[in-house]
Amino acid sequence: MSSTKYILGIFDDPDDLMHGIDKLQKNSVPIYDVYTPMPIHGIDAKLGIKDSRLGYAAFMFGCMGGTTIFTLVYYFLVHDWPMNIGGKNFFAIPDFIPVTFEWTVLFASYGMAFTFFFATHLFPGRAPRVMDLRATNDKFVVAIDAKGNIPHEDINTILKEAGAVEVKHNDRKYVSYE
Amino acid sequence: MNTHNNFDERFEFTGKVKTYSLVAIVIGVITIAAGFLTNHGERTFANLLLMGYYFTCVCTAGVFFCALQYVAQAGWSASLLRVPQAFARVLPIAAVVLFIIILAGLNLTHTTVIEGKQVVAPYLYKIWHQSGVTVKGSENYDAVLAGKAGFLNMPFFLIRIFLFLGAYTTFGWLLAKYSETEDELGGVFYYRKSFTISAAFLVVFGFTQPVFSFDVIMSLEAHWFSTMFGWYNFAAMWVSCLSIITLMIIWLRSEGYMQWITQDHLHNLGQLIFGFSIFWTYVWFAQFLLIYYANIPEETVYFLRRWEPEFKPWFWINIVLNFMAPLLIIMARDSKRITGVLKVTCLILVAGHWLDYFIMIMPGTVGPQSEWYTEFGLIELGVFIGFAGLFIFLTLNALSKFKSLIPKKHPFLQESLHHHI
Repeated sequence: MSSTKYILGIFDDPDDLMHGIDKLQKNSVPIYDVYTPMPIHGIDAKLGIKDSRLGYAAFMFGCMGGTTIFTLVYYFLVHDWPMNIGGKNFFAIPDFIPVTFEWTVLFASYGMAFTFFFATHLFPGRAPRVMDLRATNDKFVVAIDAKGNIPHEDINTILKEAGAVEVKHNDRKYVSYE
Repeated sequence: MNTHNNFDERFEFTGKVKTYSLVAIVIGVITIAAGFLTNHGERTFANLLLMGYYFTCVCTAGVFFCALQYVAQAGWSASLLRVPQAFARVLPIAAVVLFIIILAGLNLTHTTVIEGKQVVAPYLYKIWHQSGVTVKGSENYDAVLAGKAGFLNMPFFLIRIFLFLGAYTTFGWLLAKYSETEDELGGVFYYRKSFTISAAFLVVFGFTQPVFSFDVIMSLEAHWFSTMFGWYNFAAMWVSCLSIITLMIIWLRSEGYMQWITQDHLHNLGQLIFGFSIFWTYVWFAQFLLIYYANIPEETVYFLRRWEPEFKPWFWINIVLNFMAPLLIIMARDSKRITGVLKVTCLILVAGHWLDYFIMIMPGTVGPQSEWYTEFGLIELGVFIGFAGLFIFLTLNALSKFKSLIPKKHPFLQESLHHHI
């Protein structure tokens, strides 16, 4: 039993990578993930990645922001310290709209950013988890979980045939802790 | 994606839609005649102005759509440009129709009651164009309007509208012509040329469109003014034009044309419709809030009229149709990608912006009717149907004149055909 945990196929060219993914899928090799230095069009559909739910998070944060400030302004200007501004009602809803709008936008955008950081494990002081550092530079990396039933030599062959410039057998999942 | 599109396909304008649009035009003509004969002249004129303005605005926004795509060097829209180009081709007729309505409305007079006095006033723009308004000592003399007379007088008014519409028409005509020449000759020469005149058009349009809406609509209530009014009208015309472009594309696709337009193009149009509906609300509210907050009588009079019991329900329905409906229906990504949902939203918005113009025009022209629901009557319906028929007939006719339904030598065509989001 080898100690290889992950097999990485490293490509120079995004087209070769897409081609390689096709080949791996045709041979029923389960792909763990793909790392690329830039977004590649259509790769999500190919890998069967579900649509992001970030929009729902943004919507919920927006609702939260709007409700928060509306409640606060209601408390300040209607309940706690009513002020006569230009002879208007104390509860003058149109006056509350701009600030409600601003807080909705503020909460939605910040909420979305923090949700993204949380979901991708990116926060200050945290070493980003990278399987191959060159995937952030100029290489396109497809990672295959080596624990499957397919012989490693076969995976090597498939990757080489698809045009991988290098195939790595890694004993540990991430390299970036070093 | 179907990769075997026939780029030489031409639109053939025949069948049911031709019959129906002609029937609609006849209904419109009958309504207009009936409106005058049953002594509803002013109401008919107000509706003519409403639909004439709506019609012109949709066609002008079609030119704006083309120009915007060129200036932004947008690729996604290249394959659907023929539809707004058809609008641009119809603009001369729309402009003439609107100009005739305005000219007739200014010059034909009738006896009516203004502020308790029985006077002979023109059908349209009766507030500033009534005789004697600017003459000192006349019983109709109005110091405010006399002060505005340097700008709001008939010759200058007509010259302005003529020049604005003439400019929009010329630019629209050139953009459509360049695109057709490009199809024959290829290369990027005509693309560059289109880019240049698009940029020029946007500058002209940006400065003149607010003044155009001040003239045609805002001067109906000449005492009142709002600097937001131009943008507010721009938002309305842009959203209604986008909705009509989308409806037309959906219809053309269902008829078997333009099969290269995918769900992704419709998604983009849906995004624009959604975004600019929010923009419309933003501008509408910006105008409302400032007037509400400052509470100056000369400004609040506009909303006071629309707050009368006859107009109040329409005032609220306007916001429901133009803001709540797009917000709730097409905010989610998936709902923009369902053709049926998008179609319903577009229909709501087309009706909604009719109501938007209705709210702008009616209180200052015909004023309140007996009940709020009698504000909308057969005249409104008939004139709307008539102009809808005219618009459909003319645009589809213009579309059938194009040698192909796609600008086949457009430099960004491949990008548009492979558009995917």
